Amino acid sequence: MTKVLTSRFDLKGKACDIDVYLKTGGYQALEKAFKELTPEKILEEVKKSALRGRGGAGFPTGMKWGFVPKESKRPKYLINNADESEPGTGKDRDLMRYDPHQMIEGMIIAAYTLGANVSYIYIRGEYWYIKEILEKAIAQAYQRGYLGKKILGSGFDHDMYVHPGAGAYICGEETALLESLEGKRGHPRLKPPFPAVVGLYGGPTIVNNVETLAAVPWIILNGGDAYRALGTEKSGGTKLYTVSGHVNRPGNYEVPLGYPLMNLINEECGGIPGGRKLKAVIPGGSSVPIINAAEAGKCNMDYESVAAVGSMLGSGGVIVMDESTDIFETTRNITHFYMHESCGWCTPCREGTRWLYKVFDRMKRYEGRPGDIELLYDLADKILFKSFCPLGDAAAMPVQSAIDKFRDDFDRRIKYDLVQIHKAAD
Amino acid sequence: MYSESNEKKLDEIISHYPVKRSAILPALYIAQEENGYVTDDDIKYLAKRLDMRINEVEEVVTFYTMYSRKPIGKYKLQVCRTVSCMLLGAEQITEHISRKLGCKLGETTPDGRFTLVEVECLGYCDLAPVLQVNFDYHEKINTESLDKIIEGLK
Repeated sequence: MTKVLTSRFDLKGKACDIDVYLKTGGYQALEKAFKELTPEKILEEVKKSALRGRGGAGFPTGMKWGFVPKESKRPKYLINNADESEPGTGKDRDLMRYDPHQMIEGMIIAAYTLGANVSYIYIRGEYWYIKEILEKAIAQAYQRGYLGKKILGSGFDHDMYVHPGAGAYICGEETALLESLEGKRGHPRLKPPFPAVVGLYGGPTIVNNVETLAAVPWIILNGGDAYRALGTEKSGGTKLYTVSGHVNRPGNYEVPLGYPLMNLINEECGGIPGGRKLKAVIPGGSSVPIINAAEAGKCNMDYESVAAVGSMLGSGGVIVMDESTDIFETTRNITHFYMHESCGWCTPCREGTRWLYKVFDRMKRYEGRPGDIELLYDLADKILFKSFCPLGDAAAMPVQSAIDKFRDDFDRRIKYDLVQIHKAAD
Repeated sequence: MYSESNEKKLDEIISHYPVKRSAILPALYIAQEENGYVTDDDIKYLAKRLDMRINEVEEVVTFYTMYSRKPIGKYKLQVCRTVSCMLLGAEQITEHISRKLGCKLGETTPDGRFTLVEVECLGYCDLAPVLQVNFDYHEKINTESLDKIIEGLK
């Protein structure tokens, strides 16, 4: 299988050094982009590649870049969203610590295409050691003339900085990230205007995920058509998945879009420990609906096929659960996450996630009241599509899908003797 | 109150942005490094330094979970509690540390050495369960490796 993103992972971090990166084909895409291509031509290739945003939303990258106005009074910015915090996802971590230059090269090409002279890498604060890796890599890129004034003898200047977040999941949402980068609380902004038109400091801004940008050098070297051909018609290329939970070899695996989920679990990850059976999979990070074993069996990992079984590809965080798992407990855990990470800006999300958790908490003690499951469902419904940003949806969808598919695990938590008492009273 | 080298660091950080205020998150890490937590004086000082109002700094400090407004232990033991780590025994990890140190969640040991907290997803799902001690990650931990880690901190 062709490795677009992970070809240097076997070097276990040696590629952090620019000499090793250069010896293994590094910065050739940048040379090509600056010497042979124009920004228009690069944009065309990225559009042809059918590359889609790898942070979770899956928006076509070329189209997003196309939204940036050519002329702008305010400076344009490129932002690399490295605030990886989606539960189940640890892919950007390895892309940055094993091959930082690949991502930096992709960023410079993207910035050149957009006409942005400054870019920021917004990295989650917990990844402090990776921040240091990136800063070293950037310093090396400056020394070799890949960053700074008149890159490779062109008229293009570019400066790149690393900016640490400080432990807020919401700052992975692109407009909250912009607020945070401007030195404020991470509250999402109203859209439109979209960041591509009015973004950081009011200038046109593109926010892309680490993995999206890391794929750009390969696309430039090999062409958009070649990239697209690796995946499916609508979902081009390859995707890096973090597989966690009940598998023998959890880890990050790069496979083409459209790869069968069960192959990923059984072949790449060596199956489920102890010969136990599969119970459920969360295919794209904790925000997406859970699927059962039968659905997992017919699920291919591309945007359209995962949608066909009622879930989403999301960030590519595949969480595998075997038959010993209590889906009530995992859903309670996920709800706690969203309650904790809700930024407090809008009422449906702030109050809704707390109320959801309150019900989960009494059910945990086996003190659920008759009607509590319906209450959970209804509360989720009151959050879904009614919150200011998608965090609310992300809290609601796992709850509804878990009740739909694993009702037994919830039923057990209801104190049905209360039902008997009510009946006796009637 | 900032050392000269930290002042230099701060100047360098401020130069990255067209607006001074953007430096607040990195600046707070420097402040926190000096005292172990963000003090009232830090807030006043940074407000002046970054052209912010005191309440604007305060609202940032309280929004982000990685800053503390009160003293904590020398080692902050952060157990990831979110789903992938939970599936592989995060709760037992927390219980084990709690018993070993004789301190409850959110508390600091009387000698001021350890603070035990649960945190949400640390991005190490494939290497679960994970413990972060200050900024250092310890992956695939179990009760034995945990004992070694904690003893190594004494």
